[in-house]
Amino acid sequence: MSEINTDETPVVRMVNITKHFPGVLANDQVSLTLHKGEVLALLGENGAGKSTLMNMLVGLYRPDSGEIYVKGNLVEINSPQDSMALGIGMIHQEFMLVGNMSVAENIILGMKDLPFIPPMAEIKAKITELSKRYGLQVYPDKIIQDLSVGEQQRVEILKLLYRGADILILDEPTAVLTPGESRDLNEILKKMLAEGKSAIFITHKMDEVMEFSHTVQVLRRGKSVSTCSTKSIKRVQDLANMMVGRDILFSLDRGPFKPGDVMVEAKDVVVLPIGGGKPVLDHVSFSIRGGEILGIAGVAGNGQQQLTEAITGLLKVDEGSIYLNGKDMTNKTPLQIIKSGVSHIPADRGRMGVVGDMSVGDNLSMKKYRTKELSSHSVIKRNWVRKFADHLIEVFTIKTPNQDTSVKFLSGGNIQKTILAREIDSCGGILIAVYPSRGLDVGATEAVRQNIIKQRDKGNAVLLVSEELEELLMVADRIAVMFEGRIMDIVNAADATTEELGMLMAGVERRNI
Amino acid sequence: MRFSLEKRDYRSKKMTILVPIVSLLVSFILGAIVLSISNANPVRTYAAMLKGAFGSQTKIQYTIVKAIPLLLCGLAVGIAFRLKFWNIGAEGQYISGVIGITWVMQFWTFLPTYLLLPVGMVVGILFGAMWGGIPGLLKAQWSVDETLTTLMMNYIIIGYAEYLYINAWKAPRGNMGTILYPEAAWLPRIWGRVHAGLYIALILVVILWFVLYKTRWGFELNMIGKNQQAARCQGVSIKRNIILAMLVSGGIAGLAGVIDSAAVTHQLTKGVNSGYGFTGIIIAWMSGLNPFVSILVAIIMAALETGSDALQIMKLPSAMGEVMQGLILIPLLAGSIFTEYRLVLHAKHKEAGV
Repeated sequence: MSEINTDETPVVRMVNITKHFPGVLANDQVSLTLHKGEVLALLGENGAGKSTLMNMLVGLYRPDSGEIYVKGNLVEINSPQDSMALGIGMIHQEFMLVGNMSVAENIILGMKDLPFIPPMAEIKAKITELSKRYGLQVYPDKIIQDLSVGEQQRVEILKLLYRGADILILDEPTAVLTPGESRDLNEILKKMLAEGKSAIFITHKMDEVMEFSHTVQVLRRGKSVSTCSTKSIKRVQDLANMMVGRDILFSLDRGPFKPGDVMVEAKDVVVLPIGGGKPVLDHVSFSIRGGEILGIAGVAGNGQQQLTEAITGLLKVDEGSIYLNGKDMTNKTPLQIIKSGVSHIPADRGRMGVVGDMSVGDNLSMKKYRTKELSSHSVIKRNWVRKFADHLIEVFTIKTPNQDTSVKFLSGGNIQKTILAREIDSCGGILIAVYPSRGLDVGATEAVRQNIIKQRDKGNAVLLVSEELEELLMVADRIAVMFEGRIMDIVNAADATTEELGMLMAGVERRNI
Repeated sequence: MRFSLEKRDYRSKKMTILVPIVSLLVSFILGAIVLSISNANPVRTYAAMLKGAFGSQTKIQYTIVKAIPLLLCGLAVGIAFRLKFWNIGAEGQYISGVIGITWVMQFWTFLPTYLLLPVGMVVGILFGAMWGGIPGLLKAQWSVDETLTTLMMNYIIIGYAEYLYINAWKAPRGNMGTILYPEAAWLPRIWGRVHAGLYIALILVVILWFVLYKTRWGFELNMIGKNQQAARCQGVSIKRNIILAMLVSGGIAGLAGVIDSAAVTHQLTKGVNSGYGFTGIIIAWMSGLNPFVSILVAIIMAALETGSDALQIMKLPSAMGEVMQGLILIPLLAGSIFTEYRLVLHAKHKEAGV
């Protein structure tokens, strides 16, 4: 990466920013400096205060104290409009696009200085010009919902560029991208830097810090603990330690492989899409024994989620059969499948895993409330629920003010721990975990993986769907690779290589490797 | 000075109590403006309304008698609303209940008289449950939008009831209305005009509170209402619970009709589409779906209705009471934003106050 001229006035300077939320000190005297042409990586665990700090820069929150200087001037940012006027734009994790409108319409949406009838031809020409300049391949007439996630992100970037932003804030931009799309993003960023723009990059992935940034600033529990030049970092391990404040195990404790009886068996499972077309699951067969973790690898959207939904009874199976704990459970109701011993950590934890508006205690008891332990004669035993929830909060170290707090106020990692606690506690032999460490920081990821391995060591059968090959190679015993609804191959994790799995994920047949 | 809204990190307990009270005050202020435009003195008008609703024992009794079906309709709507099932058909389910009990009272003459009331009540509740269950089934089985079905089914049953009391079931004398129920089968009065339906309604409040807050079913309804997909993942059957909740909701609305006709009108006749079912929507919403709070809200709504009769003395249309009822919901809906957000004042410089 190019050199940064640190003598110039910084484009952004945040000085001693403090922000309280009820019960939490989200930012404690944090200062930050961004120079022209610089990429600053903001690294930290979930809940470290990265997003809060950035939300103050774009006017979504206001600091309790501290000062913000943009291009040398003391400013007050009260709204996203204010920040846009200063040339600061943010791309959030969830995109702010209207699905059934075109790219061009989305880009001009909400702009105040447009004539009543927008000159669309002119606008499209400007979009095309911008997309050429930065290598952002986007067609202005396409409808947003027909675009891939990566393309939608490009629209978000274009939206900021169109409005003249020269300071871009990206909140975990690669979390939703395929490896190829991440590389494209890197190229786009480089082009923008060359034009004199600057960027702040929120992330918790070490390799991205090394790859994308000039400078890295580490936040921990609301405080800035370190700022250094990326080049000066010798070992990735050091960054991880700074972030969590202790040594991280990059290897996990696992017992010897002692497979038992077959507990999950899928035979030629076919699921057809609603309205017909190519099957989303195409004659999928595999088995998992007790004490074994079967990993499912594949680029997101190749049928992994449908497979887990077919097993858990959420999706109707059109052909084939699924045996769980020796019984044919094909197309049984979700409740019957839960009762046969299946626990499920779903892919979308906010929408499927928890009820955000209910308390941590209620969310923890959402599976066991029907058992004798927590209710009798269909009346819930409230004091038992309380004891039960407090116990799980302690065992799984869920960080929450108390069990009456609504789950939606917890950080992503603690929401996942809540789900994990509930599902593992009620697990009757089979655990289905879908992207369990997605979007989690190093500490929480480690806890999730260790808990999954513990289930295997206890003799349970585990199905682990993951996008990260590294995770699968570390955690799984065998890995099945899915491509377009089919299982390409199943390999032993001990013998597998990233290259081989990558080829299978891309749909290259085994005989051609 | 500038204002902006900031999201709270916790739902404010203080605000959930304060918002309904303040919005009630705001709606009275809005009402005062409307009254001033109509050349009426707001203070004197409100005083007259208050006197009309609570001014004497008889007036208090009238207000309670109106509050009973309103409370039941509020409870009925509230159950469906817990599931985010927008039942705006309590009006029709109420009428269906009246038709049910009237059918028994008129034609099940083979029953001994002392059985007419209990059997009539059960049949009325079942009629209400059926009228609520149909949209529930349509939604659960084929995802038919419930706002349309529940609303439209009101008009079907209003028309059918009209046909019954003007034509098929009309009493030999007079030009509309069925014959009166046998006097022995009337719901007894307990204090002046106040009838035993009050006990039924209050007992139901306690039962519903217990069911909704203490039982597994209540827990499941709560889960479905707040996140249907997550509830499904936890093995809760969405279809079964939608149908069940709508049967209960329709049944309670039917009970409201049953009680009012067994205790007050003693027949099926004009005026059966009383609007109680629609006012029930306001009650459910204002009470935050809490059965105990519903009692208070139902009394306020009933008082607005009985109090508005006094408006005619002041040469104002009695419809002013309905205007007030409508005005109550708007500030409440607008105000509920403060439970999740707070207002932040920005002074010109960097000091920010809350």
